[in-house]
Amino acid sequence: MEKFINITSSIYPLPVEDIDTDQIIPARFLKATDRKGFGDNLFRDWRYDKNDQPNPDFVLNNPKYGGTVLVAGKNFGCGSSREHAAWAIYDSGLRVVVSSFFADIFKGNALNNGLLPVQVSEEFLQKIFKAVEVDPKQEVAVDLVNQTIAIAGTDDAESFEITAYKKHCMTNGFDDIDFLISKADEIKEYETKELVF
Amino acid sequence: MAKTLFDKVWDSHVVHNVEDGPQVVYIDRHYIHEVTSPQAFNGLRNRGIPVFRPKQTIATADHNVPTKDQHLPIKDALSKHQVDTLIKNCDEFGVELYGLGHPFQGIVHVIGPELGITQPGMTMVCGDSHTSTHGAFGAIAFGIGTSEVEQVLATQCILQNKPKKMKIEINGQLKPGVLSKDIILYIISKISTSGGTGHFVEFCGDTIEELSMEARMTICNMSIEMGARGGMIAPDETTYEYIKGREFAPKGEAFDQMVEKWKGLKTDEGAEFDLEYSYDATDIDPMITYGTNPGMGIGINDNVPNPNGNATDNFKKALDYMGLEAGQKLIGKKVDYVFIGSCTNSRIEDLRLVADLVKGRKKADHIEAWIVPGSKQVEQQAIAEGLDVVMKEAGFELREPGCSACLAMNEDKVPAGAYCVSTSNRNFEGRQGPGARTMLASPLSAAATAINGYISDARELMN
Ligand code: SF4
Repeated sequence: MEKFINITSSIYPLPVEDIDTDQIIPARFLKATDRKGFGDNLFRDWRYDKNDQPNPDFVLNNPKYGGTVLVAGKNFGCGSSREHAAWAIYDSGLRVVVSSFFADIFKGNALNNGLLPVQVSEEFLQKIFKAVEVDPKQEVAVDLVNQTIAIAGTDDAESFEITAYKKHCMTNGFDDIDFLISKADEIKEYETKELVF
Repeated sequence: MAKTLFDKVWDSHVVHNVEDGPQVVYIDRHYIHEVTSPQAFNGLRNRGIPVFRPKQTIATADHNVPTKDQHLPIKDALSKHQVDTLIKNCDEFGVELYGLGHPFQGIVHVIGPELGITQPGMTMVCGDSHTSTHGAFGAIAFGIGTSEVEQVLATQCILQNKPKKMKIEINGQLKPGVLSKDIILYIISKISTSGGTGHFVEFCGDTIEELSMEARMTICNMSIEMGARGGMIAPDETTYEYIKGREFAPKGEAFDQMVEKWKGLKTDEGAEFDLEYSYDATDIDPMITYGTNPGMGIGINDNVPNPNGNATDNFKKALDYMGLEAGQKLIGKKVDYVFIGSCTNSRIEDLRLVADLVKGRKKADHIEAWIVPGSKQVEQQAIAEGLDVVMKEAGFELREPGCSACLAMNEDKVPAGAYCVSTSNRNFEGRQGPGARTMLASPLSAAATAINGYISDARELMN
């Protein structure tokens, strides 16, 4: 996993609630056996029309917008556990997803792949949408060390939560497997004990 | 301290506490399938490590497989590659595979319980969100991502923060013709698709106690659709009876000893939950969804909600996708497809209900119907009971097992714009094929709809 570095970037606004992982990456594109290449089909059915032509109205196709931060409506990433959703977003060059609420499994998957989910208040989320409506090039500044997100050039900022453990992993590019493997002895010892409820 | 059922199972599986972080939780059983495992095996290969406890992982091919002519090579090259990769990985890493052609093959959440692998008090994971199904046995079971699949393969453990606890109690007698699918669609319509986020749910109450194991599985299966990590139900005599004698269940004295242990798996008097809901079973009618998430459900005879001037963008977008109007009736609406299958409703009880209803009737001509058993064992049982013949006489065909039109990764796809009444668990945009319009309902409602050709209340066809 790559280290997460603080970001100041313009954004892609996607003010839709309950975006499920079937929208992020439809099931028919899950047939690959490695982690790369899913970015091409990110939001496939919103991004392209029936004839596979880019839909000019969709935010990722709109040249007004750019950057490495996706800002989306409440309850982002609900539905299927497919980690391909996080891979597709990361593979498209995005590094942060901002929403007022994340589904549990998506959040875990994102963190396991160096993609930072930033949960903000609904009020702050709406402020970001407003700001980018006024100026599509509006940037946000995401500071993982201090756990803050700010609308660049304004006083509007908010802190976000992340466990100390996950922050350590993200800033150092460590993943959970390295950590678990280091606990092999404890795991073996656990296996010798009788299970009591 | 008084503990909940969830606490008892969770706490007994904690191997290590990370300071200001997650816990290392031991996993008793790990199910894998062809879609979310290949990258995890690649990860092991890259690290040069084996599967830590290969006997505790069970593999099957289900998501991608055709539901016709399974004895022939898979036609879709990408699907074939994925299934072949699973065979190769299981062989190389020493994992038992119930692949195509094996008598135990089927949807991962159908075969685990029917083989007696799923047992009370276990922790179980799978790279599929509907792993929550296994919670019906008093196990902690939840879906994980592929990085986590790799963690479990490498260490038989997973890093997790302990979820919060929610209790959902349902009491009272269900009306005739109302199934457990209706209970769970009803609950999700009340709580919404994010109402359970961060929580693990315990379902209880006398309505739940009266349900068969298969009906309980349907409820736990869809607990994920309210955002919960999973759902569980305390084991009881119904549970022990179901497990007894199954292929991988403990036998003889060992079984009796386990039952004694399992009897401790219930929430203590006075144990606390973070959130509690209770519902009256007599309020529940057969349910159907009208929108693009499982929380958008109504009684089958009700009208689509009409928020008048207050419709949210999401509501409008959903109705637009579904081609429906606010306030309209669904009953009597013509549909094109009926899908009876998926890990929610493809067990033998479901097929019996369907066969009973369609017996002596004929499917409407314009309806394309797919009845897909959850596993080879379900298929064989259905054939042994003559259900396939009953279905055939009514104009239906019993297919071969797999996930099929639940997620439309194989060729069972609903075309754009077509309506499908489906017994599966998700009605997201495009879930059953690009542009497909899914309406979730119980197997009885789906069967009645297939007979009439329009959305129907099965109770009118029942004697
Ligand atoms: S039937 Fe559907 S929900 Fe169940 S395991 Fe298969 S794809 Fe997942």
